[in-house]
Amino acid sequence: MKCDIVLAGVGGQGILSIAAVLGRAALEQGLHIKQAEVHGMAQRGGAVQSHFRMSAEAVASDVIPFGQADLILSMEPMEALRYLPWLKKEGWVVSNNQPVDNIAAYPDLTSVHAALQALPHHLLFDGVSVATEYGSSRALNMAMLGAASPFVPLAVEVVEQSIREQFAHKDGQVIQANLDVFRAARALALQNMPQTA
Amino acid sequence: MMKKQKKQLMLGDEAIAQGALDAGISGVYAYPGTPSTEITEYIQSSAEAAGRGVHREWSSNEKTAMESGLGMAYAGRRVLVCMKHVGLNVAADAFVNAAITGVQGGLVVVVADDPSMHSSQNEQDSRYYADFAGIPFLEPRSQQEAYDMMAHAFNLSEQSRLPVLMRITTRLAHSRADVARGEPRPENPLNPPSDHRQFTLLPANARRNYQALLDRQAELLSLSETSPFNTWQPGGEPSLGIIASGLAGNYLDEVSPGDHPVVYIRQYPVPVALVTALYESCDELLVIEEGAPFIENKLVGLLGEHKPVHGRRTGALPQTGELTPDLVRAAMQGKSVSPRAVLDLVHPRPPQLCKGCPHIDTYLFLNAALEEHPAARVFSDIGCYTLGALPPFESIHTCVDMGASITMAKGASDAGLRPALAVIGDSTFTHSGMTGLLDAVHENTPFTVLILDNDTTGMTGQQVSMATGRLEQICLGLGVAEEHLRIVVPLKKNHEANMAVLREEIGYAGVSVIISRRACVQIKRRV
Repeated sequence: MKCDIVLAGVGGQGILSIAAVLGRAALEQGLHIKQAEVHGMAQRGGAVQSHFRMSAEAVASDVIPFGQADLILSMEPMEALRYLPWLKKEGWVVSNNQPVDNIAAYPDLTSVHAALQALPHHLLFDGVSVATEYGSSRALNMAMLGAASPFVPLAVEVVEQSIREQFAHKDGQVIQANLDVFRAARALALQNMPQTA
Repeated sequence: MMKKQKKQLMLGDEAIAQGALDAGISGVYAYPGTPSTEITEYIQSSAEAAGRGVHREWSSNEKTAMESGLGMAYAGRRVLVCMKHVGLNVAADAFVNAAITGVQGGLVVVVADDPSMHSSQNEQDSRYYADFAGIPFLEPRSQQEAYDMMAHAFNLSEQSRLPVLMRITTRLAHSRADVARGEPRPENPLNPPSDHRQFTLLPANARRNYQALLDRQAELLSLSETSPFNTWQPGGEPSLGIIASGLAGNYLDEVSPGDHPVVYIRQYPVPVALVTALYESCDELLVIEEGAPFIENKLVGLLGEHKPVHGRRTGALPQTGELTPDLVRAAMQGKSVSPRAVLDLVHPRPPQLCKGCPHIDTYLFLNAALEEHPAARVFSDIGCYTLGALPPFESIHTCVDMGASITMAKGASDAGLRPALAVIGDSTFTHSGMTGLLDAVHENTPFTVLILDNDTTGMTGQQVSMATGRLEQICLGLGVAEEHLRIVVPLKKNHEANMAVLREEIGYAGVSVIISRRACVQIKRRV
């Protein structure tokens, strides 16, 4: 087993928490992991990404070579497109559909969605609505992780346990809200999964 | 047999921190700087370190950190000193002279370089510093190796009685991997030297010590030749031999495992016998290293250019920027892969000041006040507020090094540029701004200094700021006149009043300091 994921978003959208949840789950399943992340100034509202690699064998490079990612999981639609050079020919893109419009020249959203929909394997997901309905808008990252979970080769109960541990320092309500959002998003993604896989 | 504990996911920085704790350090000294900050933060949050009473407070700057570290090593204890690459410039005086004094207890200096300048103003390669100082240095290639190498680094420091530098780069510092811990070692007892000449670098002593350092170089080379971290992997196609240092070995293994004979280097000085043997057995060499062509240049100097030696020096790999597996593949195969293109509709998204950031209000009143002074220049510094150079503010005109705002503004004012202003953060001010302000007070330089006091070291993740609670006393103590030390609160409702204060102080032909004070919005979020 070997799986390379590019996590993408805007600073503050919680991709490092997704990486931490995946990392803990992969470790629990006895896999080797390398996960490169961005700290420092870029976290202030800039484009951020993390390369997450897990494998039954040792992983050499901390970053994914071009054309080798099995999945791009993005919190923001334009950010998903930024990392297409890393996507495998048959790879999946799972992206939140709502933009973070904090730059002077954000492109036309319809064109951004169209570019994502032109990819052979994509899931454009309304993560904000699911997060708001089942927990809170702050749980967008767990909604997107839920939506992408069918494409991640980790046991779902191990991922859920990892979510519990991720929020263990918060109160029980926060843990439950994040789990609810993850589950609802996963169920929706499984329902609506395009049959192109 | 050593019992391996359950693996943990650790950043390279965290693996170094845990490795140092397990190697028996009695203290860590550092100033925050991306990508090195998390080493010290890990030790600060470690229950184990708290239980043992390991020193783990931040220092005012890298020089005070290095000197305190040297003091702890003088006392016979093991100590870790950490900084980003440009921090070593600040600490260089102490660092280079620590090689002349040598150490009593182990002293390991971890320096995190930032190729591609993700969060820095240059991409200097710290291996040159260690080479210049004449001390052994290490370059781990993975998080596990960074952990394991810490014990080795401290042993090497005590064996050679010299400081040891460990050079890492952003990619290792800020990447997580599964790491297994080994057995912890107890701390050293207090054991200061009895020969007082060793650390007293009067010329007579310094000459003796320097000769001893030079005499020790052959031993350092031999330790490097036999180090378990310098390895030859034979096999593959021998027409091309490869030398890969540190992290670069990972990219090589990713794209081309076992295709050519390889020497992997992670301990320096460069193991001459090992690389000579490879050179002699191959038709040409490719040197893959992160940063400058350090090994490549040494090699050409040592062996001449009888056979082609390729690398960053020759352009086989780019001269600047971080390596990637794709760049290494291209260097080996002479062609690059063509991945999917990024569409034109994807725009850059640079970082920006947070919503509600106090710097925003400061820049708004600064810009408004300077409308009537088109000749004004604003000299700035290192911190989140450097983002004020970008639209929509475009308020500042320089950013060079920690503290340079005040001293450059002084020099420009001396040259006749008026009005000259400096914009500096509170933590940067106590790092390197205070002495420059003293220069200005001494001459009553006509200029205005804005200290943006947000109660924290913001950009690196809200570490404690030495300035908090003592900024006015520092300025008054340095001799700033009380009537020209002004405090404002950067809020929208105070815009006009703040503008008036700045206007008044620009009108004063002497040293003025305006402290613009409101807490960083990230402090609350972090708790």
